[in-house]
Amino acid sequence: MDSTRRDFLILGTKMFVMTSVAAAAFENVLAGTPEAAATYSTADHWWAMVIDIEKCVGSGHCVRACKLENNVVDEPMYFRTWVERYHVNPLDMDHPIVDSPNGGIDGFPETYPDATTTGKTFFVPKMCNHCADSPCTQVCPVGATFRTNDGVVLIDKDYCLGCRYCVQACPYGCRYIDPRTNTADKCTLCYHRITKGLQPACCEVCPTGARQIADLKNPKDPVHEFLRTHQIQILKPQMATGAKVYYNGLDGSVR
Amino acid sequence: MKRFKDAEHLLRLAGLFVLGLLVFGVARAELVPATFGTLGHYRAQAIDDVRAKPIGYAGQAACAECHADVVDLRAQARHKSIACESCHGPLAKHAQAPEQLTPKLPVARPLCVHCHAANTGKSKRYPTVDIKDHAGDESCVTCHKPHNPKIS
Repeated sequence: MDSTRRDFLILGTKMFVMTSVAAAAFENVLAGTPEAAATYSTADHWWAMVIDIEKCVGSGHCVRACKLENNVVDEPMYFRTWVERYHVNPLDMDHPIVDSPNGGIDGFPETYPDATTTGKTFFVPKMCNHCADSPCTQVCPVGATFRTNDGVVLIDKDYCLGCRYCVQACPYGCRYIDPRTNTADKCTLCYHRITKGLQPACCEVCPTGARQIADLKNPKDPVHEFLRTHQIQILKPQMATGAKVYYNGLDGSVR
Repeated sequence: MKRFKDAEHLLRLAGLFVLGLLVFGVARAELVPATFGTLGHYRAQAIDDVRAKPIGYAGQAACAECHADVVDLRAQARHKSIACESCHGPLAKHAQAPEQLTPKLPVARPLCVHCHAANTGKSKRYPTVDIKDHAGDESCVTCHKPHNPKIS
């Protein structure tokens, strides 16, 4: 009886090991040879975005272009980038009135509802800040979102569970659940474009040049001159996210 | 084998332990995706998946390759720094096969007012008009040529 059980165990283990080895080998055959490395090297880039608030006129070109380029869901109104309009009353500077009708996709109503002659009004385009120490990638339980070596936060749509942790973790509200796939979605900094030498769609169409893609590792990038000569600010610096969307002319009332 | 005379139950336990390890190893190899962990705690293949997405906007350089005449015309005008696809829309397909896809002409008025409708928030130097008051229902391009909008 004892020897039978041992024989059974040994035989069973042998078969198990052999089949799994064969399966693993077959998987490698199926996968084929790895593709030749492309010319783009992640070690040579560190991507960021510069947004000049003084130039933004709230035309909504970026919002429309982003939706078209990235096939962002139309209904409900989710956005990878959107534009907010701030109205600051000088008597109550801590409580700005913010509106963003449909993310600013069709521009803005002609005048502010409670426009006063003394207040100031300005536009703030918002998007994923591609944080160097992003809270959203830290909370993902499966490693479906991550920061690449060139500083872009991406989502693995095939691997995402749709658990919504990252949506809650983002202090900038830049993530949403795509209702078509039930996975997290957000700005990729047009990674499919910038790695081919093109600008992101929002920067390409911006009529006033308020948005500029920046490669901080490229010494010839005009961003270095811009950073030298302007006072830039990031959103929510107290969160220590290492946000890489740099705003010029950002008002203290912006949240 | 004499040394292990009374240790059979221990051997059985060790066998089970090894079997458990094997099951774990095989299950891990099967369940963890192929490129997971090569660059960090994620699937490295996902980067290539994101990159593989087709582009919609061809980029200004692609437009200028064929439409140098328009680029030259605009070089003197106020609209010179605006990319073609800012108004004409995403046209990567047209750039790849110009004969197969002819771009539609944008409808002037709704397009122009996106930028030029007067609203609070725009700088006073920025050219705006009161769209209810300005030119009635007339199309903007009747007077302003979009590639060189100044009326001379």
